[in-house]
Amino acid sequence: MSLNRRTFLGTATATAAALAAPMVMAAGHGRPRVVVVGGGAGGATAARYIAKDSAGEIDVTLIEPSRSYYTCFFSNLYLGGFREMSSLGHSYGGLASEYGINVVHDWAVGVDRDAKTVALAGGGSVGYDRLILSPGIDFVDGAVEGWDLSTQNAMPHAYKAGSQTELLRAQILAMPQGGTFAMVAPPNPYRCPPGPYERVSMVAHTLREINPTAKILVADPKDKFSKQGLFEEGWAKHYGGMIEWIGSDFGGGNVSVDPAAITLSIDGEVTKVDVCNVIPAMKAGRIAELAGVTEGNWAPVHAADMSSRIDPNIHVLGDASAQGDMPKSGFSANSQAKVCANAVRGALTGSTVFPARFANTCWSLIDTDDGVKVGATYEATEEKIAKVDGFISETGESADVRAATYQESIGWYDGITSDMFG
Amino acid sequence: MRASELMMSLVLMAAAGMAAADQGGDPELGAEVYRQCSGCHQIGEGAVNRVGPHLNGVFDRPAGQVEGYRYSDALQRAAAGGLVWNHETLDQFLKDPRSLISRTRMSYRGLANQADRDNLLAYLRIYSDSPADIPEAAPTSAAMDHSVAPEVLAIVGDPAYGEYLSGECTSCHQANGEASGIPSITRWPTEDFVIAMHAYKEAIRPHPVMQMMASRLSDEEIAALAAFFQGVD
Repeated sequence: MSLNRRTFLGTATATAAALAAPMVMAAGHGRPRVVVVGGGAGGATAARYIAKDSAGEIDVTLIEPSRSYYTCFFSNLYLGGFREMSSLGHSYGGLASEYGINVVHDWAVGVDRDAKTVALAGGGSVGYDRLILSPGIDFVDGAVEGWDLSTQNAMPHAYKAGSQTELLRAQILAMPQGGTFAMVAPPNPYRCPPGPYERVSMVAHTLREINPTAKILVADPKDKFSKQGLFEEGWAKHYGGMIEWIGSDFGGGNVSVDPAAITLSIDGEVTKVDVCNVIPAMKAGRIAELAGVTEGNWAPVHAADMSSRIDPNIHVLGDASAQGDMPKSGFSANSQAKVCANAVRGALTGSTVFPARFANTCWSLIDTDDGVKVGATYEATEEKIAKVDGFISETGESADVRAATYQESIGWYDGITSDMFG
Repeated sequence: MRASELMMSLVLMAAAGMAAADQGGDPELGAEVYRQCSGCHQIGEGAVNRVGPHLNGVFDRPAGQVEGYRYSDALQRAAAGGLVWNHETLDQFLKDPRSLISRTRMSYRGLANQADRDNLLAYLRIYSDSPADIPEAAPTSAAMDHSVAPEVLAIVGDPAYGEYLSGECTSCHQANGEASGIPSITRWPTEDFVIAMHAYKEAIRPHPVMQMMASRLSDEEIAALAAFFQGVD
């Protein structure tokens, strides 16, 4: 980093010293300690920024069970054959070696908010001065009648990237000619609003190549969805007749499945399908509930610093948080993480805390070189993270614009993953 | 055919090919193609380094040698490896910059059309073969596509605030200056950075994400970002 930053850090340290001990919240145990649970777009970014910007002043531990992180974003492009799964995998090695983060590959299974400790599945616990929870999503029990996690191999969700995504692609490739791919889409709010519809596009892309008489059936509990005009235009243009979307008006929300028989009932009508991708209703990753910081399915937070409305020493990032207007996306989690990191560092070391500002952009691929995007900026209010301004790709854009948008999305992938992992 | 004969004929073939390519290039058409480059590079009398190095005398010059320009690590490595800018290497670089230097900061997708490249190279060659003949034209200034009030340009940004604000940029633009589909924004002269951001803010440059991001940045915030990114190592 530059001279400028060292100067700034020096100033911040001097300020902290001048304001004396009370600014440093590490009660009696040396360096202040931050524990981050979850190494995705929120947690990895928060851990990296706190470690990087505090330059050793804060002890950062990242608890994440997976040794390699597979990004959910761009996993639909793997289903479409545009990316290898290996290109979506990222190691935590750099966070440990470059930034001195203590990376613990284990499950966090409980939080003692009075003792300020996080219990690990492997035994033992880790103490914190500030805890950052970024656990992503889990599924609501009983959300789709007939489906639970024990049936996820018969009917994959593929909404956490990795083996589930690989399984779903294998099932698509094994479909009989003229077979049916079904999707049960989730109700709001859920991770990645355009995600299911980008997935439909990518599955259609694959089927058009290898199985052109196949059909895609989408049962949706919503009456509209993200980027709907753009997707519907693209589906008609590229995949005419292949995709049937059944919204709530036509019983798309009245669904049950039989994973043993691979059948799907929509509004009482039972259909035998070849692949059934069930994306159930979602809730905050379980550790948020175990920590007691959820209300309903999500963890409410203050917009200014992403701190829990239930416990000021806990911050909740990304999909798990109930924050207001931002969509649940990797980009949003990354944006929230930087606001949180700045606030946590300020609270623990006295460094300058700048005002919160948030942004999000979501790119989706409809077909080869046909990329679209939607984005917005946000600000912190007392009540929530509130939308300021936004834009969306237009229908009827030129092929050049769409190709440029796709290229831009590839650049964004490289940008955000280097922002997360260094 | 003996080895020496083979070598000689290859040299002759290469020379013939190069001459043909040069003769095929039309510098006047190349000047049109060059407009794509002029956002970042100046050429001609008085040309100075901006986002990219000036391009006077680029032919047959070892790479990475323009005085006062801070090259990417990747280009410095290529230069240390002996890269020299000649017709062949420039042609390859212009066709697909990252195929020659995988981590160059030059945020340009490449020029696929051979005729366009020939014309562009013919145009660049004007400023290399005989420097005395450089026309009395003003340096290109498309980077200055927007006028910003002198008092706004004069604001000295706070790099510490810029570093915090830069988090909004590094969700897409890589902090290490690498570029793959989204441009590099590190080490720009602060003036170019400020002018570009104001051009987005006032919707003179046409990118919806950048217009949105710039629209809520104050003059001081733009100056802070310019100061921070200019100083990134």
